Amino acid sequence: MLNTGDILETIKMVDDQNLDVRTITLSLSLLDCADSDGKAAERKVYDKIMRRAGGLVKVGEKLSSELGIPIVNKRVSVTPISLVGSPSGNYLGLARVLDKAACEIGVNFIGGYSALVHKSMTDAERRFMETVPEAIGTTEKVCSSVNVASTRSGINMDAVAMTGRIVKALAERTADRDAIGCAKFVVFANAVEDNPFMAGAFTGLGEGEATVNVGVSGPGVVAAALKACKGADLTTVAEVIKRTAFKITRAGQLVGSKAAALLGAEFGIVDLSLAPTPAIGDSVAEILEIMGLSSVGGHGTTAALALLNDAVKKGGVMASSMVGGLSGAFIPVSEDAGMIKAARSGKLTLSKLEAMTAVCSVGLDMIAVPGDTSAETVSAIIADECAIGMVNNKTTAVRLIPVPGKTVGDEVNFGGLLGSAPIMPVSDVDSGEFIRRGGIIPAPLHSLKN
Amino acid sequence: MKAIVTVLGKDKVGIIADVANIMKNYGVNICDISQTLMQEYFTMIMLVDLSAATVDFAELQKNLAASGEEIGVDIRVQHQDLFDSMHKI
Repeated sequence: MLNTGDILETIKMVDDQNLDVRTITLSLSLLDCADSDGKAAERKVYDKIMRRAGGLVKVGEKLSSELGIPIVNKRVSVTPISLVGSPSGNYLGLARVLDKAACEIGVNFIGGYSALVHKSMTDAERRFMETVPEAIGTTEKVCSSVNVASTRSGINMDAVAMTGRIVKALAERTADRDAIGCAKFVVFANAVEDNPFMAGAFTGLGEGEATVNVGVSGPGVVAAALKACKGADLTTVAEVIKRTAFKITRAGQLVGSKAAALLGAEFGIVDLSLAPTPAIGDSVAEILEIMGLSSVGGHGTTAALALLNDAVKKGGVMASSMVGGLSGAFIPVSEDAGMIKAARSGKLTLSKLEAMTAVCSVGLDMIAVPGDTSAETVSAIIADECAIGMVNNKTTAVRLIPVPGKTVGDEVNFGGLLGSAPIMPVSDVDSGEFIRRGGIIPAPLHSLKN
Repeated sequence: MKAIVTVLGKDKVGIIADVANIMKNYGVNICDISQTLMQEYFTMIMLVDLSAATVDFAELQKNLAASGEEIGVDIRVQHQDLFDSMHKI
């Protein structure tokens, strides 16, 4: 039987409220492509991506058109290249092959130029990390991530120091493009193995051969639902978000399961995410402001975000057979029109963003900072974020962009979904000695919770 | 295969007749119709069966959109699955 109201509601969500499936990401194991002959490894990686992911873009377009819902990104994630490339040490060759394959199959990003060094680092991993600036700076579609901390093992401060230097090196290498290389490099604490979102997606070692993971979106849909219940108390607000998140997630579950069947892959997870875009009406900040804050960044922002994040998960969990990834509301500054506005006016600061990351997914994301920010300061910011993730048993991440030659008051424009951002001030306190100490910040105690 | 056809546009004489005729031309069987006016906008939703359709889904979509443009309405066809998924547990 036809339910006109439901059908029109769905159409309105897509047409007017920017409902989309943000990404279908094919997570591909490349463990069987490792080879002590670097050229043979390149060949195996290329062949496998072409064979297993060759039809991904076409499948995405077909589903999008048949179901009537946009699928914005089609992407591939692979086993950390620090492992696949270790027998040969041909990391850069593999980066170029990933880029070539990604261009040929038409995906917009391929993730997995990654290393997991949260406790310690092998010699091979150290050599791999040293290749990241060149690999990311000289390829177009390859994304890189490094896990430097976990709740069980603590924070590897040697790796934190190194990632600060990588961020700076990437900024210098891509200085002519507003340091866009930094947008393709993310540093994690408690990285997840089934994340469909870039730049941090990689195929974890616990994953299967080929798995479809889906990232949903829909801040505009949540915002529209909340506008309709103006004046209601926060209990009602949470209920409305839950109900809306359920519907959004169901769309992701449907697309993911159909895509997996068409690609001959397993269906993995739906990432219960509220991922904004720079488009007007597709902003997480706007949702917080509809709740009653005159601007995101003011007092109350963390509480409002905690409510939003939790309600999104509660609504989404029931809508999907399997959930995972980075599930939660994302707060990337340059990719969210409301965040950009608040950062520009000075109402949203780095300190407030750091507090917000304690209650939402994922971390300090897409934040442009002055070009003269030192590698040690970048590392210190990463260390703070890792501490939040480690202690709170959650995933946190940092994607900072120290834009060479720019300072507070300037703006950068990355274009497309990466958006634009004002340069935000960082503290001028010197944390260099703390970072240079290196070593491990030990894992926290799991009793005496205070 | 079942699909949902939605027809949206400014109301005028003969929209149902025109759309039904287009469906007939492509061998699309109309199983259920719901039609209403929202303000002055004509809104029609049809549940259709495509098992006897003379063209494949992508072509049908393209042709319906083009035919809709000719008679001044927006016609789209989507799998029923999305609506069922989002609104039924």
